[in-house]
Amino acid sequence: MTVPENLSYTAEHEWVAIDGGVASVGITDYAQQALGDVVYVSVPPSGTAVTAGEPFGEVESTKSVSDLYSPVDGEVLEGNTEIDDDPGLVNTDPYGAGWLVRIRLADDSDPPGLLSAEEYTALTKEAE
Amino acid sequence: MTTPDATKPRSTPLRGVHEQLGASMTEFAGWLMPLRYRSETAEHQAVRASAGLFDLSHMGEIIVAGPGAASALDYALAGQPSSMAPGRARYTMICAADGGVLDDLIVYRLDDEEFLVVANAANAAVVNSALRERADGHDTRITDRTDDYALIAIQGPAAAGILGPLTDIPLDGVKYYTSHRGTVDGREVLLARTGYTGEDGFELFTQPGDAEHIWMTLSAAGAAAGLVPAGLAARDTLRLEAGMPLYGNELGPDTTPFDAGLGRVVKLDKPGDFVGRGALAAAAQAPPRRVLVGLRSGTRRVPRHGYPVLWDGQPRGTITSGAPSPTLGVPIAMAYVEPEVAAEAGAAETGDRLAVDIRGRAEPAQMTPLPFYHRIHDRPR
Repeated sequence: MTVPENLSYTAEHEWVAIDGGVASVGITDYAQQALGDVVYVSVPPSGTAVTAGEPFGEVESTKSVSDLYSPVDGEVLEGNTEIDDDPGLVNTDPYGAGWLVRIRLADDSDPPGLLSAEEYTALTKEAE
Repeated sequence: MTTPDATKPRSTPLRGVHEQLGASMTEFAGWLMPLRYRSETAEHQAVRASAGLFDLSHMGEIIVAGPGAASALDYALAGQPSSMAPGRARYTMICAADGGVLDDLIVYRLDDEEFLVVANAANAAVVNSALRERADGHDTRITDRTDDYALIAIQGPAAAGILGPLTDIPLDGVKYYTSHRGTVDGREVLLARTGYTGEDGFELFTQPGDAEHIWMTLSAAGAAAGLVPAGLAARDTLRLEAGMPLYGNELGPDTTPFDAGLGRVVKLDKPGDFVGRGALAAAAQAPPRRVLVGLRSGTRRVPRHGYPVLWDGQPRGTITSGAPSPTLGVPIAMAYVEPEVAAEAGAAETGDRLAVDIRGRAEPAQMTPLPFYHRIHDRPR
């Protein structure tokens, strides 16, 4: 299981990369392994307001469906259209081509409550 | 039989092999089983296109032996095992007195006075004790032999070609739903042409100590043909595409075989009484309470176990099993619906009238005949 150092994380197994007021969001390697083959991801259309800690989309895999929780307050900029055609990207490249959504942050300050790579790794170890 | 520790799942003789292969393991019916090795979709597709190797050692094996074995099973089960010739196998059910299904089974007649009853892992104890009770007064012995057998299945169009050169049993002569004693790479097996995937294939009952050798031999022999190990996740989508019921989903104590469209397993014309006869005879005559149907989702959201089926916005049924179908490329499901809904939805294009309540949103679905998938290869007879 990989947990890149340069990303932030949530307890709901999402990763967040913040750059220029925009948060890119995906699910972690740990999450994709636990879910199995991802077959469909739904995220709301551009312009939708999202709230940190609130569900805003879902990930369907062979065995289950899981809510996606927004890691930040903001507004959806775009979803990843590539995973519409090839949801398997979420499994094969969860931190890269398998990203799910970009969100414009509601304000410039660093979003609160995110975990470091170290904290997230500790959390997944606890779960085992 | 060892007493299972309730807090610790039981392991099959192949646990070490699965862990070495990097399987993602899961607890299923009290057993630690491989859920998937890599991608369950790739495992599913390998079984449809080539072959897959399954560890089914969690299944319950119960031996019923003695002069009264056949009559005991005729009384205990919905089917008529006494009518089977030695070497034949049959899909059947064990029902409660009220006609509800306690388990679905495969019964193998090994000899005139010896039968092998294969039960679902979750129901093995219930089946074992029901058989004991029902055999009382028949001259027979019931033995739970689950720990004495490993069970390996090789399934898929390439299965016969991979297994053939390794066994002394001429597979051309092995008909569907028959069993034969022989060897695989020198190790003793009971080989049956049975399965739960909708493909041709074989199930090999072996001694636990031989399981790893047979698994590794088949893996090596089949690799070039595309055989892969396959886990429970692939097994579930394979059986769903093939329209095969799963106990706990399509079958249960509140379901009769007739509800599930499997009334043919109930042999009401067999002589003598059997457990559930009165209730099952009535169920055979009564109009169906509900009908098991196939659904194809009109969206990419997946109908799953327990979701309500809607007709004109009203709940008129329940999903029993649902999954994204690797073969069809859309989500599919089985569901129990009211007979009127099944008749109307099956008769014409239904547009949005038929839907599934997927987490609060009605998603359109289309009724479709079962099974979803039928192999084109000739079934051996």
